[in-house]
Amino acid sequence: MAILEGKKVIIIGDRDGVPGPAIAECVKTAGGEIVFSSTECFV
Amino acid sequence: MNSVIKGASYVLVHTPEMVVYNGTTQTTERVVNPESEYLKELRGHLRSYEDCVNYWPNQVYIGNAHPDELAQVEFPYFDKKKEGAERYGKYGEIMPEEEFLLLVQACDMFEVVKLDKNFVSAHKDAFAADPIITEDIVSKIEEGYELDEIKHFIENEHAEGLYHNNELVGCVRTAHDIDVNLSAHVMHENLMSKASSVLALLYAVRNAGINKEDVEYVIDCAEEACGDMNQRGGGNFAKAAAEVAGLVSATGSDSRGFCAGPTHALIEAAALVKSGAYKTVVVTAGGCTAKLGMNGKDHVKKGLPILEDCLGGFAVVISENDGVNPEINLDVLGRHTVGTGSAPQAVIGSLVTDPLDRVGWKVTDIDKFSPEMQNPDITKPAGAGDVPLANYKMIGALAVKRGDIDRKELPDFIQKHGLTGWAPTQGHIPSGVPYIGVAREDILAGNIKKAMIIGKGSLFLGRMTNLFDGVSFVIQANEGNDAAGTVSEEEVKGLIAKAMKEFAETLMAE
Repeated sequence: MAILEGKKVIIIGDRDGVPGPAIAECVKTAGGEIVFSSTECFV
Repeated sequence: MNSVIKGASYVLVHTPEMVVYNGTTQTTERVVNPESEYLKELRGHLRSYEDCVNYWPNQVYIGNAHPDELAQVEFPYFDKKKEGAERYGKYGEIMPEEEFLLLVQACDMFEVVKLDKNFVSAHKDAFAADPIITEDIVSKIEEGYELDEIKHFIENEHAEGLYHNNELVGCVRTAHDIDVNLSAHVMHENLMSKASSVLALLYAVRNAGINKEDVEYVIDCAEEACGDMNQRGGGNFAKAAAEVAGLVSATGSDSRGFCAGPTHALIEAAALVKSGAYKTVVVTAGGCTAKLGMNGKDHVKKGLPILEDCLGGFAVVISENDGVNPEINLDVLGRHTVGTGSAPQAVIGSLVTDPLDRVGWKVTDIDKFSPEMQNPDITKPAGAGDVPLANYKMIGALAVKRGDIDRKELPDFIQKHGLTGWAPTQGHIPSGVPYIGVAREDILAGNIKKAMIIGKGSLFLGRMTNLFDGVSFVIQANEGNDAAGTVSEEEVKGLIAKAMKEFAETLMAE
């Protein structure tokens, strides 16, 4: 998870996969800086 | 006493021209990249009406094949033909675009739909020959207008064109000079939703074997909004569609919740009937023009036909317990709450395992789960994967975690308790509800006892909240108690009064 330490992160989540806020929580824990987070619906 | 599912309908409308002119993937492309290769190639990938009818998932949707049969068809489906495919099925039909445009005109109460005279005369007989279309609806068809008048409305008055075989055959005019909520674009979108809902209502009443007068309440759960500049989503699609369908005893209202809308509406309908507020409630939804060809770019890029070429519609009739039809069990409701969170495990937990825990059931006590039933033929080439399968994997994983099944049993669990998706990607249409008609029959036949319907909604698309949403409920075999077999409050009062009278007479005699 150290690969995200100090990095800027863009998150595109999937409604029927892993949504943006859930990925964001993981990124924060790993020390990444979230610059954009969104969840998309493809159906 | 639980309410029951008396019947259901499922309809499709083949609308290839609306893919080109009204699907947002295409309209957006025309704005940002008008000379794109996609737009040039698009028309060559549109399916004929016959190909649309012969398509396996569409035949399952209207009831001419069981989802279990689809599961036996080799994937992908777009290059397979369903032998014996028909326009009409036990749940509804696949209506061709030309006939649907006449239905749309019949559903227009404000004279905004103008059809070409020659087009009307060429297709009116075929429209009238549809057994579900009533004489009352046919009588609303106007003679039509000169094509020059229609061109004038489009070129000078912002009307939206209506097309058939790539030719202009009519238009939808604006319903107000400056109100964007009544623009030709919005009127077009709303009228298509209304007309496909009307078609679904007509079939639902037929399939449930009830009279139109029996319907007391209609809930529309589509994803469109009708209103004007002072009340943008004022409604009411439900009553508007009920009027055309001839449901003279019904009032109604609209219920919204993105793709979760139908499941919310069905729970509301079941509660309305169980409470005694209304005896028969119909939940209905028409289709969405904006989503036509939504994944078209990927389909064209991969050499596939445009598979999102149909508007979808459905309606479910909920009635008082008749002692026969499957019940909606309101004691087992799944609910994604504000505090649930968005992690996939939390979402499925709130919708599937939490409600089961409340009544002490295992995951395996539910014979079939119906989450998002999107057709994977559409979603896989677009990179969205097999959505039903993804849901079943998560439900199965939670079942393993709870100890309801062993990890080795996971593949069998998915096959036994899951379904292969067959519904068009029309947002609310594939969300849980496509299975209700099949589940009702499978429960009546004794093949299954319990099914869970799961609806999920992407609330964040409305930019009011980042939250996700979802609800679920269980359909189960009827326990054999009907409303007629119980004693009403009035009867109890009458019995007490009679007993008191007899007691008083005894006292007086003494």
